[in-house]
Amino acid sequence: MSVSPGVDVIAPLNEAEVRRIRGDFPILGARVHGHPLVYLDSGATSQRPTAVLDAERDFATSMNSAVHRGAHTLAAEATELFEDARAAVARFVGAADDEIVWTSNATEAINLVAYSLSNASLGRGGAAAERFRLREGDEIVTTEMEHHANLIPWQELAARTGATLKVIPLDDDGALRLDIAAELITARTKIVAFTHVSNVLGVVNPVDQLVALAQEAGALTLLDACQSAPHLPLDVRALGVDFAVLSGHKMLGPTGIGALYGRREVLAAMPPFLTGGSMITTVTTTEAEYLPPPQRFEAGTQRVSQAIALAAAVGYLTEVGMPRIAAHEASFGRRLVDGLSTIEGVRVLGAGIDLPRVGLASFDVEGIHSHDVGQFLDDLGIAVRVGHHCAQPLHRRLGVTSSTRASTYLYTTDAEVDAVIEGVAGAIDFFRRGA
Amino acid sequence: MSDLQNLYQELILDHSRTPHGYGLRDEIPAQSHQLNPTCGDEITLQVHRDADGSVEAIAWEGHGCAISQASASLLAELAEGLSVEDLEVRIAAFREAMRSRGKIEPDEELLGDAAALGGVSKYVARVKCAMLAWVAAEDALTRS
Repeated sequence: MSVSPGVDVIAPLNEAEVRRIRGDFPILGARVHGHPLVYLDSGATSQRPTAVLDAERDFATSMNSAVHRGAHTLAAEATELFEDARAAVARFVGAADDEIVWTSNATEAINLVAYSLSNASLGRGGAAAERFRLREGDEIVTTEMEHHANLIPWQELAARTGATLKVIPLDDDGALRLDIAAELITARTKIVAFTHVSNVLGVVNPVDQLVALAQEAGALTLLDACQSAPHLPLDVRALGVDFAVLSGHKMLGPTGIGALYGRREVLAAMPPFLTGGSMITTVTTTEAEYLPPPQRFEAGTQRVSQAIALAAAVGYLTEVGMPRIAAHEASFGRRLVDGLSTIEGVRVLGAGIDLPRVGLASFDVEGIHSHDVGQFLDDLGIAVRVGHHCAQPLHRRLGVTSSTRASTYLYTTDAEVDAVIEGVAGAIDFFRRGA
Repeated sequence: MSDLQNLYQELILDHSRTPHGYGLRDEIPAQSHQLNPTCGDEITLQVHRDADGSVEAIAWEGHGCAISQASASLLAELAEGLSVEDLEVRIAAFREAMRSRGKIEPDEELLGDAAALGGVSKYVARVKCAMLAWVAAEDALTRS
């Protein structure tokens, strides 16, 4: 975040600003087991400010109706708001309006791409879809650090089409082996799917290098931006990816809404995944013609109030400023890694990786299972995630079956980060008593 | 005693550190493998029988939280020498207490030291951890 060494151009949020922000989130006033809630599980799901809660309720109370149909006033207003929401999310990630497809979540967004490629492989989509066809001998490339949502859809796609899935391995610290990536990504590669920010390690992957390798090979790229879009300024065009997926509930929005970014020319050539109402032009009993994107990929009744609430969420984030949020959280990432690493018996996963990181750290406590650590912290009102975080291959590679994860957001304070570090030290004392 | 201290009594921590019945045998009588997919905890458990059909020993291996490890250890301790019917009665009683959300205190006469796991039932998310070994034993018996 500096133009030259020592010159910070982006100021992190100051204490007064964080206090004001916290006032916008009703749940942050909650108490758990008699303690004020210390919410350090935003990597799993973020909390929602009043502006987001109100947006969903206001829509339901003043203009609830179906979009893209109906001639009445409410339907017209709802449609306008729904499309404005799309434009807001598009602006937020640096895309054009028609490059954003609504989905229920990021998992569905990835499956949409995988099944579209699958349908293309069966011959759907005509000549335009040729580049999406996978056959025996073709390859799909993903990484060992992915969330299961960016792994299993590709395993299934490979199984359906006869293509081969290749996985970029990690080094002993947990960083992507880019040297091996350069060997794995070849002219046979059709698509490279990888995460922007690991949901376990919190490190920001070198997207530019992976995109360069994929482009050189003529492969498509899909970026899992679930853990980056909420925390970092994101510009999908500047990154040069063909697809990116977002999860609404990780970026102050409601559950049930996600988005797929697809480069316009790419989306335009893809056959649909889900089919039915709202995605067609002409239908006969034997065949149908489809609308251009994004509607081609939005069959059935849409998640209107959720999309509108997500637009309120990105509006809130934009108002605070994504560069400032990133600066605020960068200090937490460091503080978590450094603070936890000083505790004897604690191993922070990926601590040795020399890459920028968001405010997220996962760690293993020697001899104490993550569930027990999490239970102890919960007793102090501290909410963290425990388990494998939907990333079993990554945990296996680093030699653990599970870990405890603390993750921050714009409303997190230094005191909360310190509380979890202190809490972990307390957990070790508690579970080692009498031993 | 706080809920947390009640959940993690010394007895439970001791069993999790030095578990009873740990280590599978080469002869495989009735065996079951159970997995908790939310946390990746797993157990492989064998029920070994005496000539008269009673439980000679429960042998197990696995990894997981203190609750799941202590629970497997306590079960192994409890099961020794019981008839299959008596073990089944105890598994049912343990399950009933675990599912009671803190309303049913485990019967100490029936469950012995395993009654110390009673505090788990207040923590709905942890009931599966405590039940893992008991479900494995139940499954192993149906396979024998």
